[in-house]
Amino acid sequence: MNHASGQQTGNLPDINQRNADWYIDKIVQYLVFLSGISAIILIVGIFIFVTIEGFGFLLEDFSFREFFLSPWWEPTDDDEPTYGILALMAGTASVTGLAMLVAIPFSLGSAIYVAEFATGKTRETLKVLIELLAAIPSVVWGFIGLSIMNPLIIDLFDVPVGLNILNAGVILGLMAAPIMTSICEDALKAVPDRYREAAEALGGTRWQVIYKTVLPAAKNGLLGGVLLGVGRGFGETMAVLMATGHAINMPSSVFDSVRALTATIAAELGETAVGSPHYQALFTIGIFLFTITFIINLTADLIVRGIRKS
Amino acid sequence: MKFGRIITLSVITTLAISGQSLAANKLIQNKGSDTLVNVAQAWAEEYPNVNPDVTVAVSGGGSGTGIAAMINGTVDIANASRQMKKKELKSAKDSGQNPVEHVVGYDALAVFIHENNPANEFSFNQLGKIFGRGGDATKWSDLGLTVPGCDSDKIVVVSRQNNSGTYAYFKKAVLKSAARAGIISKGSFRQGTLDMHGSKDVVDLVEKTPCAIGYSGLAYATDHLKLACISKEDGASCVSPSVATASDRSYPIARPLFMYTNGEPQGAIKEYMDWILSEAGQCILVNKGYAPVRDVNCP
Repeated sequence: MNHASGQQTGNLPDINQRNADWYIDKIVQYLVFLSGISAIILIVGIFIFVTIEGFGFLLEDFSFREFFLSPWWEPTDDDEPTYGILALMAGTASVTGLAMLVAIPFSLGSAIYVAEFATGKTRETLKVLIELLAAIPSVVWGFIGLSIMNPLIIDLFDVPVGLNILNAGVILGLMAAPIMTSICEDALKAVPDRYREAAEALGGTRWQVIYKTVLPAAKNGLLGGVLLGVGRGFGETMAVLMATGHAINMPSSVFDSVRALTATIAAELGETAVGSPHYQALFTIGIFLFTITFIINLTADLIVRGIRKS
Repeated sequence: MKFGRIITLSVITTLAISGQSLAANKLIQNKGSDTLVNVAQAWAEEYPNVNPDVTVAVSGGGSGTGIAAMINGTVDIANASRQMKKKELKSAKDSGQNPVEHVVGYDALAVFIHENNPANEFSFNQLGKIFGRGGDATKWSDLGLTVPGCDSDKIVVVSRQNNSGTYAYFKKAVLKSAARAGIISKGSFRQGTLDMHGSKDVVDLVEKTPCAIGYSGLAYATDHLKLACISKEDGASCVSPSVATASDRSYPIARPLFMYTNGEPQGAIKEYMDWILSEAGQCILVNKGYAPVRDVNCP
């Protein structure tokens, strides 16, 4: 076959012949294609499923005002059930907000160290350790919040209960930090070395090079990393369920117990009759969460993609 | 070879008999109330000694879980520490189920406080102020108390998740009563209660937290907790929760415990329900800290 190209055109082998190789090639092609689009099919399928399950509520009992503006979540009340998620949104937002305050300095710091300073073995070890941190199951983090952070917060701040925004925020921050570190480190690595060389040639110190040149150049990637961390925070369930105290509350300080949207679904869905308004209301929260995390992740992805292209 | 034939025959017969007893082995699915789960487990463990052909599988999760499973048709017997609501009965009928109610015992719903808490008794109105929406007791000093170890003075209100039968009963019996008396605006819980996912979690948290107050079935009480004496009206003499005061209904928040079957029980399920209500079954219930449905003489 190899000689064929060098010989006369009449002796060329029929490249369209359907032998075993041809079939294998086709089959593998379809398999790869299928697994390629499977993620998309799954996501669309999940969205359709969640929407169908929550649809009855959206049509009947749903009131935009009550759902988004009432802090009272009382779906099992006999007389007048109320489905207000304002307090739950406040819970999710406050925990995620605090988590980002914890995670951003940590992840940015370690990303800068790993990408700009560490070399050789240190760098490889650190990278492996960070990946390992990202692999800790969230229920383990929740357990740490419940059994270590809880008494610690009670002792340190002299508050009656240690299951609160502070506890969940710190736990969630530590959970989100490894992923954010990985993405931020990628963003820093993507900055071409000639930028650093140019800055150094102008007489910049190590810190000046990073602060004035590398960070601004990697700005979009870093922002994308932070946004993915926010998405992670919004979607996290188990650790938040265990560490927040699970109290429906409009928080006024970091020592208040709150309840997150995800934790509400996790705690209540198993106990509702399939198809009841309560069940559908929980799915409506699911639609809301899905939409929010989808927007956050999409934005993050577009920003990261933007930096790679330019 | 006549002998050999007899052996073969007897082996076949034995196989056939054991096969038959395997086929007769019936599994009863029992699910629901966290309050009832301990005693349901004890019944299930004892029952094979009475009828070895029946196995009972018990799981907890809360009254809401059991009732939801009954509506969805996935259990034989649902345990509940509250009655099924009209809406739930309707949705059960709609999905082709016909829940039949059986009262299997009574439970005193105890109000727990930390062992260092100097408080001894609460009236319904006081509980309303602490637990209810719009109640004005948010600090222990609002009730005239100083609780050692609770420097912040804040009352940490521990409650249950909203599908719990205990939650529903407390709301109905105590908070609705306080609302009728005009103590609180609405007969429901205040915001910021820590909603625990099981009776044991409530007990654990109150044990560890000097500022806390919570409620659960009496059977979950431990030595490290104080059980409050409860009065229905301010100034009236209070009654402490115990099996005896739950049995004679003098304890104001004693509630019936229910088991629901799909239709009038038949066959193995009927035998099991009858056994639960018999002296033997009721004594197991009493030993677990609940009150029986009728007078029994237990060893």
